[in-house]
Amino acid sequence: MARTHVLSSGHAYDARVSRWYWLLLVPIVLPLVTVIYNRVEPRLFGFPCFYWVQLSYVFVGVIFTFAVYRGTRGK
Amino acid sequence: MSVQLAVFIVLFAVVAVMGFVAARWRRPATMEHLDEWGLGGRSFGGWVTWFLIGGDLYTAYTFIAVPALLYAAGAAGFFAMPYTVLTYPLVFIPLIRLWSVSHKHGFVTPADFVRARFGSPFLALLVAITGIVATMPYIALQLVGIEAVLKAMGVHGDAPLIIAFAILAAYTYQSGLRAPALIAFVKDILIYVVIIAAILVIPAELGGWRGIFDGAAAKLGPKFLLGPKSQLQYITLAFGSGLALFLYPHTQTGVLASKNRDVIKRNMAALPAYSLVLGLIALLGYMAIAAGIKPENGDVSTVVPILFDKMFAPWFAGVAFAAVGIGALVPAAIMSIAAANLLTRNIYVEFIKPDATPAQQARVSKLASLVVKFGALLSIIGLNPRFAIDLQLIGGVIILQTLPSVGVGLFTRWPHRTALIAGWFAGMTAGLWMLYTVPNPATHHAHFGGSAFNLATLGGPDLTIYAGFIAVLINVIVVVALTLIARAAGWRDGTDATATDDYNVERA
Repeated sequence: MARTHVLSSGHAYDARVSRWYWLLLVPIVLPLVTVIYNRVEPRLFGFPCFYWVQLSYVFVGVIFTFAVYRGTRGK
Repeated sequence: MSVQLAVFIVLFAVVAVMGFVAARWRRPATMEHLDEWGLGGRSFGGWVTWFLIGGDLYTAYTFIAVPALLYAAGAAGFFAMPYTVLTYPLVFIPLIRLWSVSHKHGFVTPADFVRARFGSPFLALLVAITGIVATMPYIALQLVGIEAVLKAMGVHGDAPLIIAFAILAAYTYQSGLRAPALIAFVKDILIYVVIIAAILVIPAELGGWRGIFDGAAAKLGPKFLLGPKSQLQYITLAFGSGLALFLYPHTQTGVLASKNRDVIKRNMAALPAYSLVLGLIALLGYMAIAAGIKPENGDVSTVVPILFDKMFAPWFAGVAFAAVGIGALVPAAIMSIAAANLLTRNIYVEFIKPDATPAQQARVSKLASLVVKFGALLSIIGLNPRFAIDLQLIGGVIILQTLPSVGVGLFTRWPHRTALIAGWFAGMTAGLWMLYTVPNPATHHAHFGGSAFNLATLGGPDLTIYAGFIAVLINVIVVVALTLIARAAGWRDGTDATATDDYNVERA
């Protein structure tokens, strides 16, 4: 019954919020780039680079995801 | 009785009482409906959802297995970190679309959605069976978590395990999803307290973080960082696991129980707090190396309990063990509810009794949750726990095969139902075959030794890659190719019961 809906484009607000959604790509891609952190130096508080950089990505994820939540709230 | 065991039993008893009382929490007009028993009334706000999903994803097994992996395998075991960072932004949009369409149509399970979207009861059945098969060993592994802490307290034998699980089964039967939602508060607070204490107390005794990492580096050698041949495996395992996490029926149960889209969005930003804790928990493995902990009987799942036993005062070690033990109950309850809902909605109602009333569905689901837990218990007591671990490994690979129908299906109706079915079979066959070829040198098993598939097996370069990643690629290729053929040949397709707008609706 609803086959005609499939290809219909979304509503106006979809286009407006979609720009916010691009921000989600940063915390998806960044943790997968092993060349950035697969080393020991520089250390931070005794943590080798490999470990502190990946732990710090939690904050990157929170900041970007929270921004998308604020930007698309109630949508 | 030791102080440890006394503290453990008291906390366990408190949680059991909460589980039974939970039936009265946010009391519904009737419990005889799947929306109430199975989804807590679809009414949970931000905080409850945070505790519930956090309690569901970060399980007892995680707390035992992830540090054990770092202890034995070094840097490669840290994949849990990128995995639990990228999964939330990755599923942000799919989950709010799933919530909306499920809210609009009253879906309880991912298979309900697939049934309506592609008009194929058979495809929905495949999705339901995949979900049940992937979830069962996961429940069994929670028992392995409880067993590990019981052993550390000197409690042996099957009886304590059976008692713990019988109590869990009884209050889940009575209170449904409300029980783990309420217990999750206790579980998560205990976990946070224990891990904060661990990072304050343990490094001081081991020469600081530098001392811990230097000790680990000395023992692990080149495994302290990723080797050139294991980077692809690290990346694909993190990405594949991130894709798989929210395809598990029990994680979707937590999402569908939330009251609106904003609750889900807010939680995607707030849940990584648990990832930070998980990262620190992972490093307990290195603390165990630096402290010179030797696993009991060569079983690496004992290193974290032994570390707690050695480093903490007896009463606090009891708290830590209770945190792990209670940490097993929350996910085990949610997983058994999710599996029970699949059995009820997509097998019982679909094929046995299409005119079942909501009350009958709730009754069947309650009974099914008992059967599911009993099966998990038998598989641990009757079979080698090693078997559950192998099955859990397979679980991640097979649940990924529902990605085209459940995940992609949330965005497009383009794939043909026959193509999705064929893709499922192709991905499943390829995934199982790849896992079969992986040996485990540590245990001298020739098969199902891990998820790192060596491309040299197919005559490619000597590189390992996550088997689930390749399997889902094959799945998608088959879906695309067969859909093109189906469209060109004009094969009859199922009807779509959902409309474009359904994916963006907010709570009425």
